[in-house]
Amino acid sequence: MRPGPISGAGLARTALPPVLLGVAAVLLWQWAVVAFEIKSFILPGPFLIGEEFAANLQNVVNGMTVTGRNALIGLLVGAVLGILAAIVAALLRTVDEMGAPIVASIAVVPIVALAPVLYTMFGAGAETARQIVAGLAVFVPVYFNTLKGLRQVRPVHRDLMRSYAATSWQATKTVTLPTALPFVFTGLRIASSLAVISALIAEYFGGPVGGLGKSITSSASGSNYGLAWAYVLGSILLGLLFYAAALGLEKLVSRRTSG
Amino acid sequence: MTHARRGQVRGRRILTGALGVAALAALWELYKLLGPAEGVVVGGITLLPRTSDLAMPHVWVMAARAFEPVTGASNAIPLWQAVLEGSLFTLGIAAVGWLAGVTVGLLLALLMQRFRLAESAVLPWIVLSQTVPLIALAPLVRRWGSQIQFGEFTWASWMSVALIASYLAFFPVAVGALRGLASPDANHVDLMHCYAVGWWKTLWRLRLPASIGYLLPALRLAAASAVIGTVVAEVSIGLRGGIGRLIVEYAGAAGGDPGKPWAPIFGSIAVGLVAAGFVALIGLFLRRFRRGEVAA
Amino acid sequence: MNNHPAQPDPALAVEVTGVSRVFTVRKGADVTALDNVSLTVAPGEFVSLIGPSGCGKSTLLRLIADLDTPTAGEIKVFGKAARQARIDQDYGIAFQQAGLLPWRTVAGNIELPLELHGTSRPVRRARAADLIALVGLSDFADKYPDQLSGGMQQRVAIARSLAESPSLLLMDEPFGALDEMTRERMQNELVRICAETRAAVVFVTHSIPEAVFLSDRVVVMSPRPGRIRDVLSVSLGDQAQRGENLREDESFFQGVSRVRELLHGEAPAGARGVETR
Repeated sequence: MRPGPISGAGLARTALPPVLLGVAAVLLWQWAVVAFEIKSFILPGPFLIGEEFAANLQNVVNGMTVTGRNALIGLLVGAVLGILAAIVAALLRTVDEMGAPIVASIAVVPIVALAPVLYTMFGAGAETARQIVAGLAVFVPVYFNTLKGLRQVRPVHRDLMRSYAATSWQATKTVTLPTALPFVFTGLRIASSLAVISALIAEYFGGPVGGLGKSITSSASGSNYGLAWAYVLGSILLGLLFYAAALGLEKLVSRRTSG
Repeated sequence: MTHARRGQVRGRRILTGALGVAALAALWELYKLLGPAEGVVVGGITLLPRTSDLAMPHVWVMAARAFEPVTGASNAIPLWQAVLEGSLFTLGIAAVGWLAGVTVGLLLALLMQRFRLAESAVLPWIVLSQTVPLIALAPLVRRWGSQIQFGEFTWASWMSVALIASYLAFFPVAVGALRGLASPDANHVDLMHCYAVGWWKTLWRLRLPASIGYLLPALRLAAASAVIGTVVAEVSIGLRGGIGRLIVEYAGAAGGDPGKPWAPIFGSIAVGLVAAGFVALIGLFLRRFRRGEVAA
Repeated sequence: MNNHPAQPDPALAVEVTGVSRVFTVRKGADVTALDNVSLTVAPGEFVSLIGPSGCGKSTLLRLIADLDTPTAGEIKVFGKAARQARIDQDYGIAFQQAGLLPWRTVAGNIELPLELHGTSRPVRRARAADLIALVGLSDFADKYPDQLSGGMQQRVAIARSLAESPSLLLMDEPFGALDEMTRERMQNELVRICAETRAAVVFVTHSIPEAVFLSDRVVVMSPRPGRIRDVLSVSLGDQAQRGENLREDESFFQGVSRVRELLHGEAPAGARGVETR
């Protein structure tokens, strides 16, 4: 892969259209709120949200830390388990077939459904349930993408390893894993913002105080909608942060993709 | 592979799949038997769950509970029936949400394929859209909806749910369809150019057929997302009649009735699997266009 | 033959006896890629396999490399079964697509077999440096495959196939994807390398001039089912003496004509373009 638009001019060209569109949208939004006199409980204007965000920055950051920590733990554990499970499934077709219905079910289960029973299983005072919810949401894309990557070995490389009478482990280390790496990163990128959303949604179903989800509910029920939206903004930023981190890690680690 | 052999392979897959589920149930029971009552707690963090009958009901308790009536009332229907009705309700809304999401996703993909500028301006926002926690927006959407009234048409609550489902569903379709529409070989595009064929005809004859291989997995993902979005939105809006509502209701009863909350979980899994299966069915009809597709 | 790196094994390098390979296809009809093929390759000998598409030449090469198993017959490499020869790493192989690992540098790719077989790092480095010099890519040791042209990638693949100084080289149309000029240059290189290493070579190609230029013997094959039609001795002199000028030589053209005749041998009468308009 050629180095992407990291150079100055390239970056500007890539970033300019969406940024312009975003700025235009925000301005339009603010104008609409003012022109149509939309009440803040229907839709607060972006400037109001910005104000509330700035005024309550510390609280928002606290919330981001709690939710972020749960998301991070879920991301790490889910990713590791997903990669390991995919390696096992790639090696042993029986395991792949046995696990298929279970993984398919995890892929479709709404987190909401699991949150209450998880709180019962792990205790309502622990953050564990939220981390598990995030971990499950992460596991699925990482598993599927890693499994796909592990099956992408080119026949010519496979023949090469065979001609060297390489052991399975040698073939895996030299060819299979490096070929799979870009796919693993695709899975991680998808999983990164999923982890944040899942950790947040899990907060709606109980568990200890703290976290963006809890804060959104409490400010909404207190009719402070501007503040609620400020927390929503915080969660968007958190999701972006995770996504950017996953993207950065990918650029850092992979110099050459399989080509 | 002959038909007989293919049937053999499929049969074996179903068997091993069932074996996997059975193994999971066995693992559950094994842990319940051997695990510590308070769960495995390391440094204040509960790593493995509590094993009490309340926290982890036996697998057969969950199964048996499904056949008992929902409540103690004399006219109560069996639990499985309540879950089934809820599942169908949720499935219906999810279908509407899926259709809407797929339509919007496809339109966006077409727009982005047609205009390079649209792609560079809109795509990042589409990706960003999924970082917004929709559960926070669900009551908002309902509030907005209640303001809408065209003559005879009023906005029902379930439409808000469907809207949120479509919000989750449009993203994989937009991204997948865009990739698919951009997938044809440069040679094929040049060929169309040589035939002096315009953009629309090229779309119909080349890009759309080429995109099927990418579109189908996206549609499957969108179906799963639509179901998840429907259930989550049902909970946060408080819509009656769907699985989401049942999950919350029965969760409250967990104290005395540990098997109850598990029934709607299995129900929602079933809904998701049915939705995914439906998309797979669509894929069967489009087999002609998937000849170049490499199995995942 | 006293000053070369590899001692040729006294036994035959390759001995193919009555080998058949039948592929069972999904819907019914089997494909006979090879039908009762027999062939020997002496140590240090350069043998080309040539024939139209579908004649089984690549299949035969893969069978010798133990990348596939024959449905009938036997293959011996240096007196051992093909499988054992592969395990003992008695041959080096170069594929039509260079098959370089994109995440390794040129040096890293050449070191690959040495690394897999436990050679220590300093020895590996030195050997890779020698080979890189041998194929003339010393300036590119730290580059990645996607920074190289097709011809350069093939040179790296050939260097890699020589890494463990094998007594037998198996090459499957390694110059197939190259343009004519590069191709001729690579042929000159290969001849030079073979003269130095004295390895036996089984070389698959579909280019007649290439086969004649490089080989001691040319094996002409025919398709459907894959069989050996004939084996031609092309004695164009010692490998060390084959240079640029050989392509202009009369004996070269004669060799090419003879191979061409053999290839077109079974053309139906009148197919030689007699126009009766």
